[in-house]
Formats: sequence, C-alpha cells, structure tokens
Amino acid sequence: MAVDALRVNGLQKSFGKNHVLRGIDVTLEPGSVTVLMGANGAGKSTLAKVICGHHRADGGSMTLAGQAFDPVDAADAIRQGVVTVHQSIDDGVIPDLDVANNLMLDRLVERSHGLFVRERHLRAEAAKVAAAMGIDVNLRARVSDLSVADRQMIAIARAMARAPKVLILDEPTSSLSATEADRLFALIDRLRAQGVAILYISHRMSDIRRIADRIIVMRDGAISGTFDTEPLDYEAAVTAMLGHRMTELDVAVQSGTAPVLELTDLRLFEDAAPISLHARDGEVVALVGLLGSGKSRLAEVLYGIARPANGAICINGTDYTPRSVEDAVSQGVFMSPKDRGTNAVIPAFDIADNMTLPFLKGLSVGSFLKASRQKTRAHEMVSQLGIVCQSVGDGIDTLSGGNQQKVMIARWLLEPAKVLLLDEPFQGVDIGARRDIGRHIRATAKGRATLVFLAEIDEALEIADRIVVMNEGAIVGEYKNRNVDLAALVADISGAQLTATGTHP
Amino acid sequence: MNDRLLDFAIRYGFLILLFGMVVYFSIAAPGFFGPLSAAFVLQSVAITGILALGVTCTLVVGGFDLSIGAVATSALMLSAYSMVILEHPTIVAVFLCLAMGALVGLINGLLIVKFRVPDLLATLGMMFLLIGLQRIPTQGNSIATGMTLTDGTVAEGTFSAAFLWLGRHRFDLFIDRLLPMPVVIFIGIAVLIWLFLGFTRHGRLMYAIGSNERAAALVGTPVNRYKIAAYMISGVTASIGGILLAARLGRGDIASGNNLLLDSVAAALIGFAVLGAARPNAFGTAIGALFVGILLQGMTMMNAPYYTQDFVKGAVLVAALVFTFYLSSRRSGTGH
Repeated sequence: MAVDALRVNGLQKSFGKNHVLRGIDVTLEPGSVTVLMGANGAGKSTLAKVICGHHRADGGSMTLAGQAFDPVDAADAIRQGVVTVHQSIDDGVIPDLDVANNLMLDRLVERSHGLFVRERHLRAEAAKVAAAMGIDVNLRARVSDLSVADRQMIAIARAMARAPKVLILDEPTSSLSATEADRLFALIDRLRAQGVAILYISHRMSDIRRIADRIIVMRDGAISGTFDTEPLDYEAAVTAMLGHRMTELDVAVQSGTAPVLELTDLRLFEDAAPISLHARDGEVVALVGLLGSGKSRLAEVLYGIARPANGAICINGTDYTPRSVEDAVSQGVFMSPKDRGTNAVIPAFDIADNMTLPFLKGLSVGSFLKASRQKTRAHEMVSQLGIVCQSVGDGIDTLSGGNQQKVMIARWLLEPAKVLLLDEPFQGVDIGARRDIGRHIRATAKGRATLVFLAEIDEALEIADRIVVMNEGAIVGEYKNRNVDLAALVADISGAQLTATGTHP
Repeated sequence: MNDRLLDFAIRYGFLILLFGMVVYFSIAAPGFFGPLSAAFVLQSVAITGILALGVTCTLVVGGFDLSIGAVATSALMLSAYSMVILEHPTIVAVFLCLAMGALVGLINGLLIVKFRVPDLLATLGMMFLLIGLQRIPTQGNSIATGMTLTDGTVAEGTFSAAFLWLGRHRFDLFIDRLLPMPVVIFIGIAVLIWLFLGFTRHGRLMYAIGSNERAAALVGTPVNRYKIAAYMISGVTASIGGILLAARLGRGDIASGNNLLLDSVAAALIGFAVLGAARPNAFGTAIGALFVGILLQGMTMMNAPYYTQDFVKGAVLVAALVFTFYLSSRRSGTGH
C-alpha cells in the first residue's frame, strides 16, 4: 500500500465560541487531485490554513508521508513540503520584480545564497523552472504587467520550485477567464503526473468536472460527503455541499401584482445567453447560483456599477439604464451589497449615521443635518427589526455581526424602493437574525420588487416566493416556492443540463 | 472603574493639559496672562490655523494635502505681483489669489481622482511645481515697490491700504486696537469648517468616504466630487493664509512661509487627540494650533531659546499621536 502524502485525523479548530472545524478526516494521495467543496463559511479555507501552518489546530493530528506533521508557521510547512497558493494571487508574487526574480525569490531568501545576486545564473535557473512548468512568458517582463493567469502560473511555479509533496490551491480560478483556467488545468495535469498530491479548493462545477479525481464536501465544519468512485457523482456532491434539508419556515407564497422590473434579452457578458426576467410588485425573487454563475454581475448591472453587453431593463414600464450608483438610487433601485465589512459598514460611524447614510438629504434642512430626525428614524428601524443595542448612538463596531447586518438592511428600508436588491443578506449572520431579516423583508415587500441574490438553497427557500437559478450568466431554471423539486433545483444549480446539452452542440 | 478613567483621560486629557499649561505660565511668566499676550498668541497661530483647517478637510476624506504651504507662498507672491507690478486694485489681487487656490485644489483633486496618483505624491509634486513657479516671474527675487524689473523699468505699484488692512487692522476689544484682523478671519473660518464638517450632510458624507470609501460609493455618494471639493477647500484656505501673510508683511517676500506646511499639519494631527475624537475635526485642529501657540509664547516669555521651538512642537505632536492611537486602541468597547 502506498503511503498517503498527507493524512489529517480528527482536526479541530475554534475561533472563540465559533467551532469552525469539528473533527475533519482527510487523506491526500500522491499523483491525485482532491477537490474540496463547501459553501461560504463551511470551514474549507480554515482547513487549508491549518494544513499550511497559518493556524495551529486545537485538536487532532496530521501526518505527512507517514511522519508526524505539526507546522509551527507557514514557513515551516513550506520547508516540510506543503505549499499553498492562496486565493488572492498578488500574495504569491512581487508585482514590481520581473518574472525571473519572482521565480527565484525563494532562493534569494535562503542563507546559503551569497550576498550578491548572480544575475546570469539566476536567469538560467529561472528559465529552467519556467520550462519545466511549461510557462511561456518573457522572463524579463515585470509581473505587474502580466495577465492574472500568468501571475497565477508564476505563483504556482514558485511554489513548485521547492518540489513539494502537497500543493494546496485555494479557489485559484476565481479571477480567471475560461481559456486562462484551461492553462492552469494543463499545469495541474502536469503536476499530477509528477506525483504531487493536490488539494484543490473550489465550488465552481466546471473546474471540478475538469480536474477532480476525488471530491470531499464540507458543510458546517464537518465532512458531509466523500466521492471517489468513477464516474464522480457531481450532483450528490452539490447536494452534500448545500444541504437541502427543508426548513421549518412556512412561506406564504405571493405571486405579486403588476410587474415592476422587466429584463428583456439582457446579456450580462458578450458571450452569455440572453436573460429575460420579470419581478412583480410584492414579490420576493431569489436568484441562486454558484460562484461565477453571473448573479453578482446581474446585481451590479441593476445597480449601475456594470454595464450589460446588450438588452433592455424596464422599471414600471419606463426604460432604466443607470449610469452610476447615484443614478440608480435616485431612481429608486437600492442594493444592500455582500461582504458588509468592505462594502457597507462605515466603521467610524454610530448606528444612526450608518443607517441613514443614503438618505441624509431628506433628513436635513438645507444642508444641515437634523440629528433628532436621524435618531427618530433609526429608532423606528431598531425596534422594527429587533436590533439589539443600548442606543442608536452606539458605534457600529459594538454590534454583533447579525445586528450589524440588520442595520445595513434597515438602511435601505428607510425609504420606499421600487426595486430592492439584497446581495447575500445572510452572510455572517446567525440563524436568529437571519429569520428576523427574512420576516421583515417579506412583511415589507408590498410596493416594490425584491431580488435576493443567494448561494444557499436553504436561505432561498426561507425568503423567496420564486426561485430563479443562474448558471454561466444565464437563467437555467425557475421554481415557485411551493413543494419545490429539490433534485431538479440542485441539478440546475450544478449545471447538469448545461453539460448534457453542451456535449452535443 | 479603570475603563472610565481611561475614557475620561482620552476625552479630556488634552484640554486639561492645555488648561494646566495656561495656569502654569500665568504663574511662572509675569505678563503671560492678559489680553495683549492672548492676542499675540492668536496672531501667531492665525495663519497656520487657517491652513490647518484646510488640511483637516482633506484628512477627513482620507487624503492629505502637502501643497498647502506652497499654495500659501504662491498666493503671497501672486498678490504682490498683482499689486506691485501689474498695479491691480485690492479686490482683483484677492480674487486672483483665491482663484489660484481653488484651481490648484481642483488640479490636485483631479490628479488623485481621475489619474489615480496617490494623494501624497500628487500634492508633493504640486508643492514642488508651485515653489518653482512662484519664482519664475521675478527671477527668484522678492517683490517690493521700487524694485527694478527685467526690462529696466521700476515697479511703481504699491500694496494698497485696503489690502494691508486685511493683515494689520486691529479691532477694539477690552482695550483699543487689540484683536488683529487675521485672528477674526481665523475664527470665522474655524466656525465655518466646524459647522460644515460636523453638522451638514456634506461633512457627514466626507467622513463616510474617509472611513470606508467603497461603502460610501455603494450608497450613491458622489465620492470623486467630494474628494475634489475637499482639495479645493484646502487650496482656497491656504490661499487665504497667503493673502494674510502678504498683507502683514507688506511685500512679496520669497523666503517667508517656510514653516507653514509642517506647522499646520502638526496642528491638524494634534487635533485628533482633542476630545478623544481620534479623527480629523475642525475644533481639534483649532485647539491644536492654539496649543502650540500658547506653549511657544509661554516658553519665549520664560526665556527659552528660539532654537528649542521645533523640538517642543515635535514633542507635543508625538505625545498627541500616542494619546490618540495608543490609548484609543486600548479602550474597550469603542463608541462616541
């Protein structure tokens, strides 16, 4: 029996009260690509960070090629032969140096390297590494001038210069185009042939189909499924990832009245299929899809951040082409963005200021703010949404994640919207706050069309009247939220039909 | 209990220090406590204070303006050139300076917003450009009535009485001819900026941009316009400072205004510590300028040598920054 490259036994990790990894068992074999799938917050990045020495495990053990493996830090893990390429590519390269220097950077760090850089020797070595990896770029080019894909290749080549036993790739294709991703896959094939054990973290189905030898699925900090018999059962993997247990919540499904938002033959990208969609007054529509399905792009288009390739958008029968966010807001289209920490919260402000930020004009006399009016409006929302705080003058950073999110949602309920867009409104939110937010969104839905952009089926079933599935920039399925055929829904999300038709063009 | 003490120290520590300093100098230095001395302190900080208020606006939007000193000296030279060589009336000279300040601010803003030049670099470049530019028309000479121009003629123009009034007039308060005009303008601008930043929606949106630019943009704030506006405010206030300096000196002195940039930046940064704001604010900036002024006046009256001044300013600045950043970070559970 061959020795496993890496074996993880009963790994545990907590951050404060938050139990992120609840006993993980994983084995990685040499010359095989193991795909790790999981929704946001499932714990897959934490697992990767423990393996690469960024975090110390709280419990459990790891062995590397049969030897006990307990890296004290990232450098130690690399020395022992576990190399990681992280999600943000620019962590892996030095943009201002040229390709040759980037490839040889790790040699320069070694103490055995002399004081002076031997330029010619360095370039010759770099050329060897590049050739071995099949990288075809000018070694004198500055890395900042290269495409994202080339930078990615260089980050991986740098990692491979150390001849690791285990290579971890954390969502490497998240910023690559399809052709760029193909080059990455070719490189991965080459490494697999060299006998490297590869852990590939992703939830992009097209990637997974292309390269997976095995699939491990994580959900809520535990392994919820392992798939290693040919042919791989992708649908079952997606089901294990999303977990479609029916929630107890009862949604009184509304079909809405007059159509408010109408998309006609809208193309999100040049090469995407056209989208046509109606959202009615009083209706909550959930748009679900995996990363890269185009739902974020649709939100951006509707909010005036991005332009569609072509097609028409109408609101209440009149043409709607927002030139900017400001323009969208003034026309009654509001959006609560995902990742509230980077996109929504003003950390220096208190609750009232954070909440009323978009509508300060209406709360001022001339240019002067009426603090009392701000407070009153904030108070109303605090009690309506059940935000737990001492007063609306508290700093936003004194609130828990769920309460912060409630403030961010409340921000856009202060004034009546024509179209309300909520991008991942339940991100980093506990179940109680999630129910509060969902209930309130449904209760106030009259008078506007509400679009909720979600990756999780559970959340969609909890809030929506209608579920629209997106994949590769197109709408591939639509379900009334009543006795939903979950198997069909999951198949749509994972793009099963797409490939079925894709093989016979 | 300890937390409350810390909170109190952060909030009022700096004001208590200021008060203690005034009491100490009043006892130790005869003649320190009195309207004349107070007017002198205010006079000494008025121009740096005005510049500091401008730079506060750029700090609020998360930027920085290094060109204010050069804008002020450019306004000084421009007003002199306008009146002494081109023989313009006061109103034209003042207007030219204000327009120059606004234009420089606009260019700074556009460099930062449209051309994506980092704020420090854009305004540093502008600083050099202006320092050079203000010397070209006179071949690097100072401007005064009666000077010989390059074509052999003599400059006939003079600083008008109305212009000099801006820098030299003193209003009666308690005693005759006490309060200098620049101090009145300083207080006026301080109140305006204080109201603008603290109590208007524009100010609130500018603070939002400084705290999380992306989030501000995603609620529909015209981020670029506000940033440009901040640099224009900074340019205009700096040119006001330059006009007042010219009016006080009565000549286009090429060498004056060297310390303006550092002093005003220091005042704005000391302002972070006032009332535990931990962010740029107009009240703090005014107090910061005053703090340095009082300290220097008191030390001068106690016969401290002039060359210790910069050292003292530096020490105050470092202490204030420690106050702001170290103590605030230790405070458990932030909030206003």
